[in-house]
Amino acid sequence: MYPQEFRYTKEHEWVTVSGDIATIGITDYAQKELGDIVYVDLPRVGDAVVAGKTMGSVESVKAVSDIYSPVTGEVVEVNGALAEAPEKVNQDPHGEAWLVKVKLADPEEINRLLTAAEYQSYVEAVQR
Amino acid sequence: MIKKVRSHVSQNEPLIFEVSSPGKAAYQLPALDVPAVAPEAALGGENVRADIEGFPEVSEVEAVRHFTRLSTHNYAIDYGLYPLGSCTMKYNPRLNEVVARLDGLAWIHPYQPDELTQGALEILARLEAALAEITGMDAVTLQPAAGAHGELTGLLLIRAALSARGNPRKKVLIPDSAHGTNPATVTMAGYVCENIASNDRGMVDVEALARAVDEDVAALMVTNPNTLGVFEVNIHRIAEILHAKGAMVYMDGANMNALTGIARPGDFGVDVMHLNLHKTFSTPHGGGGPGAGPVAVKRHLEPFLPVPRLVRGGQGWRWDYDRPQSIGRVRAFYGNFGVLVRALAYILAHGAEGLRQATLDAILNATYVRKRLEAYYELPHQEPTMHECVFSDSRQARHGVRTMDIAKRLIDYGFHPYTVSFPLIVPGAMMIEPTETESKQELDLFIDALISIAREAEENPELVKTAPHSTRVRRVDEVTAARKPVLRWRPDPAF
Repeated sequence: MYPQEFRYTKEHEWVTVSGDIATIGITDYAQKELGDIVYVDLPRVGDAVVAGKTMGSVESVKAVSDIYSPVTGEVVEVNGALAEAPEKVNQDPHGEAWLVKVKLADPEEINRLLTAAEYQSYVEAVQR
Repeated sequence: MIKKVRSHVSQNEPLIFEVSSPGKAAYQLPALDVPAVAPEAALGGENVRADIEGFPEVSEVEAVRHFTRLSTHNYAIDYGLYPLGSCTMKYNPRLNEVVARLDGLAWIHPYQPDELTQGALEILARLEAALAEITGMDAVTLQPAAGAHGELTGLLLIRAALSARGNPRKKVLIPDSAHGTNPATVTMAGYVCENIASNDRGMVDVEALARAVDEDVAALMVTNPNTLGVFEVNIHRIAEILHAKGAMVYMDGANMNALTGIARPGDFGVDVMHLNLHKTFSTPHGGGGPGAGPVAVKRHLEPFLPVPRLVRGGQGWRWDYDRPQSIGRVRAFYGNFGVLVRALAYILAHGAEGLRQATLDAILNATYVRKRLEAYYELPHQEPTMHECVFSDSRQARHGVRTMDIAKRLIDYGFHPYTVSFPLIVPGAMMIEPTETESKQELDLFIDALISIAREAEENPELVKTAPHSTRVRRVDEVTAARKPVLRWRPDPAF
């Protein structure tokens, strides 16, 4: 379910790193809990994001929820396709519906995040 | 046995544009008995148009029937229980309406001079005094037109007071159980919002709060009882933590229906709060307005209240604009006067004992609903609750039935849905607030409906997932509506 090479947060974001670029999205569990997503509000290219701080929000029929950045750095690319097709977040949260790419200030930072196995057991615990 | 199903006739109603035919009118003017004047000459050519394109034209009886039928498409507190949690949808006594319609009050104009409006000013002054007494605060402004408007006013007062001390500070803390308007207010007031996690009892985690409060924190925005209906038992300690660092406590008074006549925020450390008169004090919620969100403050914030302030001098009541530290006006004139009149009528009709009794009954009703439904729906927090209770859909979710489905099915049983998916700290939340104005009989009808739906969720989940079945319009496609909104009606070319 949760890709082994990704790292995860307790706020249900995922991150995967290639070189010093981190790709960030929300997890399958998050999209399921939110329900049908109708709008995604993302930072702009050039914006600074800080680990643990809000970087945007995702709106479903139920609620608007903050997206917390798992890492610190500068936004270098934003998934513009989500503006027209927010439903992609429901359809392919770990792939096509990545949210932003961030140039990492500290590539070591992601080692502090949850592994796939840790996230899996966290989600199971949340669901009881 | 479910006795109540629903009461509506099932006739659909076209838009008034669709029943329009050219030349119809609901009025007839007498023949002109003065010389005719060209509108272009009187008003200027650019202000005159020959026709309003697409303007509906119907007769008087067609207009009356159209809007009367539409009015029956709605659900209202006058039909039955309206359990929308956090909204306090109590009955609006007819006495309030009678008083607000008295000629001297209904026809008053805000530009009338003070000496001709002493009675109206006295009403406002008495309402300020009553709200100050109920909340245990020192001064009240009646200007804000709604709860969120009151929140913004309150935070601007905090900002002004802290700025006067030399530093407005940067952050406002908000528990994760807060109303969604709170973070929006914080941002509007120029602060950064910081979330405080609840503990497993559904209350503010005092240790986490103590760690979060520093010299950058301007205030905590707290709702008490919180959105789980749970009283923050550590509220004194919470206020001490904030005050020790020079920060303030803002209380969202949305849930005052659980406290009125029993506990006063001014006595448990609150510096500033708003009240929702359309909730606690029985004024109509209208179609989203008009409401009233008066703000009550402790003495140290009084100099910053919006102008004008009502003061009593030798000539009676007058408006005082000379408040150099005031944050300025937050609304034209003096607030939603008709709503304020209704609130005072409610307060005086009840008296202190009556208000207290209403609160006790509100808590009793919510507790009764909770106790009878506990066997059928999951109650994630076991703390005692006050005026409302929050269930989770987790048992029904095993059959694929979620909180939204149960809410939609309630419509088939003739009730307005409860509050769905809020507060966010309860996944699949079902938030129920019956208020004090419901009889045991009405509560039982509602509870029996929910018990019946719990059974349906197990035996025939499809029935619940496809509800409502008895309405003119079946379940609306909220997702497409949000993703591809159609914001205005256009005539059907084939029509």
